[in-house]
Amino acid sequence: MTLREWFKSGAPWVWLNAGAVTLSMVMVVGLLVLIAVRGFGHFWPAAVVETTITQPDGSQITVLGQVTRSQTLPASVIRDAGIEVAPEVTFVTRHLFKQGNRDVTGRDFVWYLQDGMDAWRYPAEVIMLERREWGNFYGYPVSLLEDGRVVTQGDEVFSELRTRVKRANDLHERIHHIERYEIGAVNFRMERVRLGERRLDLDDRIGDTERANRLAAFAEQREALNQEYRSYQQNLDALYRDLRRDVLVARTMDDREIQIPVGHIVRASQPNNMNVLQKSAYYLDRFWEFFSGYPREANTEGGIFPAIFGTVTMVLVMSIIVTPFGVLAAIYLREYAKQGPLLRMIRVSVYNLAGVPSIVFGVFGLGFFVYVMGGSIDRMFYPEALPAPTFGTPGLMWASLTLALLTLPVVIVATEEGLARIPSTIRQGSLALGATKAETLWRVVVPLATPAMMTGLILAIARAAGEVAPLMLVGVVKLAPNLPIDGNFPFIHLERKIMHLGFHIYDVGFQSPNVEAARPLVYATALTLVMLIIVLNLTAIGIRNHLREKYRGESD
Amino acid sequence: MEDNTMTLQNPMTHSVSANLFEGEQRKKLDIRKETITIEVNNLNLYYDQTPALKNIQLRIPNHRVTAFIGPSGCGKSTLLRCFNRMNDLVDACRIEGQILLEGNNIYARGIDVAELRRRVGMVFQKPNPFPKSIYENVAYGLRLQGVNDRKLLNEVVERSLRAAALWDEVKDRLNENAFGLSGGQQQRLVIARAIAIEPEVILLDEPASALDPISTAKIEELIYELKERYTIVIVTHNMQQAARVSDYTAYMYLGELIEFNDTLTVFTNPAKKATEDYITGRYG
Repeated sequence: MTLREWFKSGAPWVWLNAGAVTLSMVMVVGLLVLIAVRGFGHFWPAAVVETTITQPDGSQITVLGQVTRSQTLPASVIRDAGIEVAPEVTFVTRHLFKQGNRDVTGRDFVWYLQDGMDAWRYPAEVIMLERREWGNFYGYPVSLLEDGRVVTQGDEVFSELRTRVKRANDLHERIHHIERYEIGAVNFRMERVRLGERRLDLDDRIGDTERANRLAAFAEQREALNQEYRSYQQNLDALYRDLRRDVLVARTMDDREIQIPVGHIVRASQPNNMNVLQKSAYYLDRFWEFFSGYPREANTEGGIFPAIFGTVTMVLVMSIIVTPFGVLAAIYLREYAKQGPLLRMIRVSVYNLAGVPSIVFGVFGLGFFVYVMGGSIDRMFYPEALPAPTFGTPGLMWASLTLALLTLPVVIVATEEGLARIPSTIRQGSLALGATKAETLWRVVVPLATPAMMTGLILAIARAAGEVAPLMLVGVVKLAPNLPIDGNFPFIHLERKIMHLGFHIYDVGFQSPNVEAARPLVYATALTLVMLIIVLNLTAIGIRNHLREKYRGESD
Repeated sequence: MEDNTMTLQNPMTHSVSANLFEGEQRKKLDIRKETITIEVNNLNLYYDQTPALKNIQLRIPNHRVTAFIGPSGCGKSTLLRCFNRMNDLVDACRIEGQILLEGNNIYARGIDVAELRRRVGMVFQKPNPFPKSIYENVAYGLRLQGVNDRKLLNEVVERSLRAAALWDEVKDRLNENAFGLSGGQQQRLVIARAIAIEPEVILLDEPASALDPISTAKIEELIYELKERYTIVIVTHNMQQAARVSDYTAYMYLGELIEFNDTLTVFTNPAKKATEDYITGRYG
């Protein structure tokens, strides 16, 4: 077959098309695999390496830690960085040690050159502690103190430490519960009392006796709440005393002994002494903490649960807002409005709204929703809380509304297309039975168009869940103290600020003081965001397919 | 397409059209002795400036089947759609003259079109069930009128499906989606849906043109039974069908009513040469 024949057969086009598809697939899969490996590999308890390094001046230092990365560089790069390398060397290998102990050494990630490094040793008795502050600790256990007295020493220390860490974690759990839910509820009610008093102050229609009665009632409530608060506080004090009881004495790599309160330890482990099964259990434990826990240490440790929760809540609230708006607008444009140049202009404007950069929506949201609408709501409904804003500040409500505006064109376009696809015979069938136009629309046409509406919603969710820029202006923060949904009336707090996975990536990745510690979390969070969007989309696609099945035959 | 195959199976000749009535004792009917349900007076219809119906004079007799025949584009469907004002949906459509339904002009001011359509039901060329269950399809018209009494609905659904000769086929799956039915069943469902609201007139716009011969036969049988209780107007391209099911036939051509008489006369002894040419297949 000649080249000419080959071209005429159309085969080159098939190859070209297939090649484009393959390339796209390789890129998408490659991206996902990369962030999965980089992100979720982080939770695996790697072996702790000990080695001795002979420095150029002859002195020796001991290094203990987990090797995070290794790389080989041209020697010139290292020389440019101001490190001395022998002139005959052209390539240098270096290793990044996560040596922890930030409280002792000040640097928890350090590069060491391969030159002068001894063989790596894996001492079995090395312990790795995850702490609530100062990051990881690597070292050797010496003894355990209870109220200052030594209880165990030597080989027994680690197993005893495990049980005491567990006890401390249980105490933390109880403290957390009291602080978050019980004292949280007391504070919430206390604030309500304060606002009630303030409202009474502002309302001059109330008579003096009535006012005095109510004030007395408020004072009584406050007294009761204070009482409740004091009892919780006493509980807390006792728990905190318990927590301070145990102290671990441990030796660092440079032979210093330091004291670590057991209450500061989240997890204690001996990575070099664990088999694959134990490591897997450890991995799953950290993995679970990542999804279900709250962030620690400026978001570089702990979990991302509030961010997941915030993202999902925001997307759901957005869907609830955007669907009726978009559908009603599309129905009007397609079914009722008189088709003409004006309508064409409106339609083009709506379509073009989809192309407006999202940050512009953010600015609009801040200027209009937050300041104008939120400010008005505050003045009308929450005058007692002023000058502290309730809705007049960025929050979940405004973030969702801004995103709803952003995704409105997508829903309108998809719904309009769906409505246009409904065969006219169906409409005529309904009209011929004596239905009015509105009855036909709501009983027959709109149900048939629901799959198309779901398509619009799927596109809207995909766009909204990944959006970050406008959210920074209208309600997403680095660290939100409370979830937007909790047990305090009215349960959904639309005025609260939320955390968001997209913003979390930006914050951890670029605003974090500890880049090396944050890096794996950026990957893990990114993968979580991608998977969350996939899950949301699959749910919507599932609903759409169900609807399609229901209306199969005549719809698309 | 369908017309062609029919012609091949049964070549239409003058003698054959007479044979259509063989073995059937068919009485000659007289329009002057009938009760008139619909009366069309001087009806003109325009799309923009183009006339589509020209000066139509026609009387549709009560509880009879009246067939409109004629070549494509002759205006028979347009005329049919005037009877329940479906032409209102076309923006450019303008109508002059009057159509009296039991003496009242349906194009008079203040007429409730929805109410009119309840009295004049319609079945379309392509089956158009709603994306609902079989039961809800039949109950649709009643629910529109605000009927939600389960017992009454059950009764009406069963009666209508029986009247449309569909009950035995679907009684065990009333709650299944109507799209699961075959084309012929769907068309009978649509007829059941139309008669569920007890109209006075049923308009059939080529009801069997999208169906296979067996389903067509069922629909024709059904039409025969329904005329006991309803006035039926049917548009058809199929000459044998018109001859088989109708009592009266109107032949239209280019927007004009060429001939209207009882079916026997139109098919065996047409008054106009054009009618005869069309019926015998010499047209075009």
